[in-house]
Amino acid sequence: MSEARLFALQRLTALVMAPLVLVHLVLIVYAVQGGLTAGEILERTRGSFFWGLFYGAFVLMAAIHAPIGLRNVLREWTGLGRRPIDWLMVAFGLLLLLLGWRAVVAVVGGGA
Amino acid sequence: MAEGTLEVRIWRGGDEGSFGAYAVPARENQTVLDVVTEVQRRFEPSLAYRFSCRVGVCGSCAMTINGTPRWTCRTHVKRVAPEGRLTIEPLRNMKRVKDLACDMDGFLDKWASVGTFEGTATRADPPAALDPANPARQEVDAAIQCINCAVCYAACDVVAWDPHYLGPAALNRAWTLYNDARVADRGAVLESALQPGGCHTCHSHGACTEHCPVGLSPTASIAGLKRASLLSMLKGGRA
Ligand code: HEM
Ligand code: SF4
Ligand code: SF4
Ligand code: FES
Repeated sequence: MSEARLFALQRLTALVMAPLVLVHLVLIVYAVQGGLTAGEILERTRGSFFWGLFYGAFVLMAAIHAPIGLRNVLREWTGLGRRPIDWLMVAFGLLLLLLGWRAVVAVVGGGA
Repeated sequence: MAEGTLEVRIWRGGDEGSFGAYAVPARENQTVLDVVTEVQRRFEPSLAYRFSCRVGVCGSCAMTINGTPRWTCRTHVKRVAPEGRLTIEPLRNMKRVKDLACDMDGFLDKWASVGTFEGTATRADPPAALDPANPARQEVDAAIQCINCAVCYAACDVVAWDPHYLGPAALNRAWTLYNDARVADRGAVLESALQPGGCHTCHSHGACTEHCPVGLSPTASIAGLKRASLLSMLKGGRA
């Protein structure tokens, strides 16, 4: 993929993440009022298609966005070659996807 | 008449070397280039350094002065060293050849790699009529006065970190070619600015713009290239 496409993809994913982060923060402020328990959170998220999609989408965006940024950092700060860095970042993106979606499944899955 | 003596340290040698120390009379009106010249004439005939025009036109006299890249012919000692202490080194991000002269090849090769002016007109054609109010022409006019001094190239941390990075001056040049209506293949110019190490490598932190002695903004030119790459991609272009 060309540098221009990666650049565009990183801005695009940042654009999607920004409102998601805002909604997430507002939700936190709302949820902590009157105390916060794990049960209360799970009650909201379990079986919720909306929150599954919401956090699932964030994970996907972050898994695209973060490796592109980290790729630049590694190019500038390590002596690794361009090819190895690219493959490392593909692996890193997949790892983020795996860990992120597993976490989403953990809060959304199960229950009614 | 200013009194006293300047304490001057000047780099001697190539990548390996050490500082020489010199006491130079402080004068009322004195540029850093004057100081270097005085050291060479009076104390150190073998001192290597570059200059030509002495009036901020040729771009050959840039050095690192007290840690900051500057043109030396238009930098007054009083402004940059009120205490009278000067440390003068070659520019950063290039191989040191001898004393204050560095090897400009990397800088100039990158400059050339974004393309040279190739027009469509022949000798038989009348000179092109360029409208100064045209927006693309205004982009060119804002960026065209580069004197190739490499001050921005020395100021840019990304150049220091990534040897493939084309750097601010070359990309600024690409931007002027890309916006020039007389250039035959503007798409090819954009393409060369989008190569790995091209405009997307820039982090927009603006050290180049901060230090450019003629007040250009390579940062803005590079942002323009990034914008052009997005537009060309949306139009199904070569990006
Ligand atoms: C999961 C969270 C995130 C991670 C791990 C992450 C990681 C990174 C990394 C490593 C970079 C490269 C930095 C550099 O090039 O110097 C970067 C760049 C960037 N990020 Fe994020 N990011 C995250 C979330 C966001 C969000 C939510 C936004 C927008 C609201 C955002 C906007 C940007 C932008 C605009 C850049 C480009 C900066 C540049 O090129 O210098 N990021 N990100
Ligand atoms: S704005 Fe870009 S080119 Fe200028 S100093 Fe920063 S990284 Fe280098
Ligand atoms: S952009 Fe400015 S600092 Fe860079 S080479 Fe041209 S004149 Fe010098
Ligand atoms: S000697 Fe020409 S710019 Fe300084």
